[in-house]
Amino acid sequence: MTTHLRVVAAGPSSTVQDRGRFGYQRYGVSVAGAADPLLHAAANALVGNPADAGVVEFTMMGDTLTVEGGPVRLAVAGDAPLFVDDQPVSSWTSLRLRDGETLRIGALRDGVRGCWAVEGGMALDPVLGSVATHSRSRLGGLHGGALKAGDRIPLRLAAAVDRGESTLDPSLLPPRGEVIRVVLGPQDDAFTPAGIAAFLGGEYSVSHEADRMGYRLTGPVIEHARGFNITSDGIPLGAVQVPGTGQPIVLLADRQTTGGYPKIACVIGPDVAALAQKKPGDRFRFRAVTVAEAQAIHAQHRAVMDGLPGLLRAAGGFALYDSERLLGFNLIGGAITGWE
Amino acid sequence: MSVTSPSPPSLSPRLLVAGDGALIVELGEGIAPALNAAVHRLDRRIADAGLPGVVETVPTYRSVLVQYDPGQTNPDRLGPALLDLARDLARASREPQRRWIVPVCFGGAHGEDLDDVARRAGLSTDEVVALHCAADYRVYMLGFSPGFAYLGGLPEALHQPRRENPRMMTPAGSVMQGGEQAAISPIAMPSGWHLLGRTPIKTFELRRAQPFLLAPGDRIRFSSISVAEYDRLAARDGLLPDQETVTEGAEA
Repeated sequence: MTTHLRVVAAGPSSTVQDRGRFGYQRYGVSVAGAADPLLHAAANALVGNPADAGVVEFTMMGDTLTVEGGPVRLAVAGDAPLFVDDQPVSSWTSLRLRDGETLRIGALRDGVRGCWAVEGGMALDPVLGSVATHSRSRLGGLHGGALKAGDRIPLRLAAAVDRGESTLDPSLLPPRGEVIRVVLGPQDDAFTPAGIAAFLGGEYSVSHEADRMGYRLTGPVIEHARGFNITSDGIPLGAVQVPGTGQPIVLLADRQTTGGYPKIACVIGPDVAALAQKKPGDRFRFRAVTVAEAQAIHAQHRAVMDGLPGLLRAAGGFALYDSERLLGFNLIGGAITGWE
Repeated sequence: MSVTSPSPPSLSPRLLVAGDGALIVELGEGIAPALNAAVHRLDRRIADAGLPGVVETVPTYRSVLVQYDPGQTNPDRLGPALLDLARDLARASREPQRRWIVPVCFGGAHGEDLDDVARRAGLSTDEVVALHCAADYRVYMLGFSPGFAYLGGLPEALHQPRRENPRMMTPAGSVMQGGEQAAISPIAMPSGWHLLGRTPIKTFELRRAQPFLLAPGDRIRFSSISVAEYDRLAARDGLLPDQETVTEGAEA
């Protein structure tokens, strides 16, 4: 008997995501993947999965799931209230759910995206090398789209591994700043100096047109130097394209592969996730950094991601790993030096 | 053989920074067959060079987006290597390319806009079909949705603006034209392009070993088939079009 999670009620937009579908952008296939890679990695770490395993990313509010078979080990990364059969339990801590038990994931208190992972992962066939859902083209995930009530998600493990639970203190994760850092270009020369000054000097807010594909922003108008059409070219993650309205659109995980609006700047990798956690009405400013600065920030974030398993504690309070292993993680992170 | 590249393009490769994980090598401006051929030549060179840290490239009309792992390389290292590969691209080497012969049932229920396109062009529908079948199309790039191929090479007599009123849905396999380009739609989708006909060939089929029939840089020639032939071919599973090899340099 395969163990399943039955979706009793789905959040408004819950999709299976991994790190994304790479290698097919040249064929028009969007990358997709978790909008907040740190939460994706954290949810996997909490249940002992490889960092790139598929999870469910939920938006604003989570899902209600009943275990069929099991037991099942599951963890939620994100600050949401959780209930097992109406008894409150904690997010950021793995849980063992028995056959017939129902987990309800409530509304996020902070940010708009959370992730839940199940030990061993979901038994889904990758499409073009990835289980990431791209709803617009109906690729990947459970059936190419968002979870809905009645779905049954098959799991790889029939029963949870017999071991203790782990917990992660989210305050150990890097804080998300109010400023979104960008590298100017590739088409910053398509804008007037006044346009670039408006972009970097003004305050922007997230409009109601904000989804996994992109965030349309409202703020000071960015002036084009000569029209707003370019010959369509490739769109990297975090590209800030400016259509004729002069109001920027930041392109996120589900972005189209090519587009014909000039891109004034690109949000740096780590801050794409910070932006994707903002909700309509949130206000922020952009700040320009050099590629070298961006790559240094990127390296710090990568060290945190790689070191996530070292931040886990036994739910009872003991470190899950011995000091030698912890030291290894810290060295990766560069936090401790000269111990030899 | 038709001549699609009137003169070698004068290329001026430039490097554009696209965030902390991508560079763009831009070879020129606009949409032109010789410029696009140079893009695909550069894309192949980048693939062959195996530069450390390069994750994925996206060739488009006039540029190649090169995505890299910022943990492995940076613009100071990767940029000069890319510009080096972009040298002497205009000098067409005689590289063999594949050309698909794509069967199309033109007009009628399979191509609702053929009559309108002919009327606007001042031609008969037979003449429009003949022009499409004589054209040497090139896959400039894929984008918009999985497997959607933008084809350059639409004869100038057929250049027409897109429909004022886009259709909410067009069938998969539609052969269409819009502006100065043509396309084959891989899946049912909304579109403002003019529907000329339909091909029984599936350009996007996940169950196939190679899900995407068309790759950037491929050539395409249409061949006109009857409704009966369309139905016969459409009933066949895993149908692939005929293929021939053409040599780029011989045409320029």
